[in-house]
Amino acid sequence: MMAMSNKMSEHESSEIEMLLPWHAAGTLNPRDARRVEEALARDPALVKQYAAIREEYAETIGLNESLGAPSARAMQKLFAAIDAEPERKPSVSRTVSARVTGFFASLSPRTLAWSGSLAALALLLQAGVIGVVLVKNQPAAFQTASLSTNEPITRGLGPEAPPRALVRFAPDARVADITTLLDSYQASIVDTRGGLFRLQFGNKAMPKDEVANLMSKLQGEKIVSLAVAAP
Amino acid sequence: MSATQAASDDVLIARIAQGDRLAMQVLYGRHHVRVFRFGVRLVRDEQVAEDLISEVFLDVWRQAGKFEGRSAVSTWLLAITRFKALSALRRRKDVELDDEAANAIEDASDNPEVAVQKKDTSQALRKCLTGLSLEHREIVDLVYYHEKSVEEVAEIVGIPENTVKTRLFYARKKLAELLKAAGVERGWP
Repeated sequence: MMAMSNKMSEHESSEIEMLLPWHAAGTLNPRDARRVEEALARDPALVKQYAAIREEYAETIGLNESLGAPSARAMQKLFAAIDAEPERKPSVSRTVSARVTGFFASLSPRTLAWSGSLAALALLLQAGVIGVVLVKNQPAAFQTASLSTNEPITRGLGPEAPPRALVRFAPDARVADITTLLDSYQASIVDTRGGLFRLQFGNKAMPKDEVANLMSKLQGEKIVSLAVAAP
Repeated sequence: MSATQAASDDVLIARIAQGDRLAMQVLYGRHHVRVFRFGVRLVRDEQVAEDLISEVFLDVWRQAGKFEGRSAVSTWLLAITRFKALSALRRRKDVELDDEAANAIEDASDNPEVAVQKKDTSQALRKCLTGLSLEHREIVDLVYYHEKSVEEVAEIVGIPENTVKTRLFYARKKLAELLKAAGVERGWP
């Protein structure tokens, strides 16, 4: 048993030893960093080796820094090659994703972290509400998904598009708030331009009065500073 | 690299995919020195390394639309650099540089022994770092200079994470042997 425990601790020790260079560079995950710290606190041999690693670390940086930088020729060559490339047409989907990425990238890490937590909380709440509604509205009798003959069959003259709106979010709107709003309205972002987002609601057309109600409801949202119906 | 810079690198790549030349200049300005140094350490030739960085960033210009953001842009750049460097070395047919050949390429000034005589462990360490094999040099640089995590090194070099750890361990062991041969005793291994 003792031998086994020694073997395990030897194995753990060599594993920790292998992590030392990343600990010196500060690129270990918090869990491994803690393991290394604890091992360093109890093993003087490891401390000695860690000191050697720090020396190697410093000299590797020194060596690389002494290598200088490329001449301007490299950049000239690159941009001459780029100029010789065929011109590319920007794709709409990429533009939208670039703008959305840009929007989220402009938020601070702290805001993003808070937003992540809030989004998780909002999802949990939403799941709870949906659960309650489902349980309440559960029909007692068995029901088929077939067409009801009591309802009139209506058909439009042509395919009508689902409603869309141009929306500007408040400057302090957080990602989680926007995500929750999009979810609650079953909306998706189809385009962005100059800080305006074009949203589409659901995938069915809506009567005019419902669209008007939707716009006024949207306009009443705290994080929305502008909402207008758009084609 | 900070999370903010990593995120803004992603934005630059998205713009480059749209053909934004300015975004390309910013990305180049931000990363070209590190890419160059990684290239120099691999191919041991500044001219070849300069050609490499033009090729690397031209690939970025062409492939930006395919970048999925699963790894940091800097990790992607180093992976392309490594691929291009190995191709350049294969072209030169000297990819299998042994320690002797590597040392022959170094400058003719102080060798490790002389450096130690001068009680200059630091100089000896640098000499020995230069004398490591290509696969040991790259892993030492990626971890210590480019500050890449185990996962990122695995991605750049294309080997499992456990192999990354053992490879660096053996690189360090080799370094210790070179130092010992040069008269620097550090008590390990």
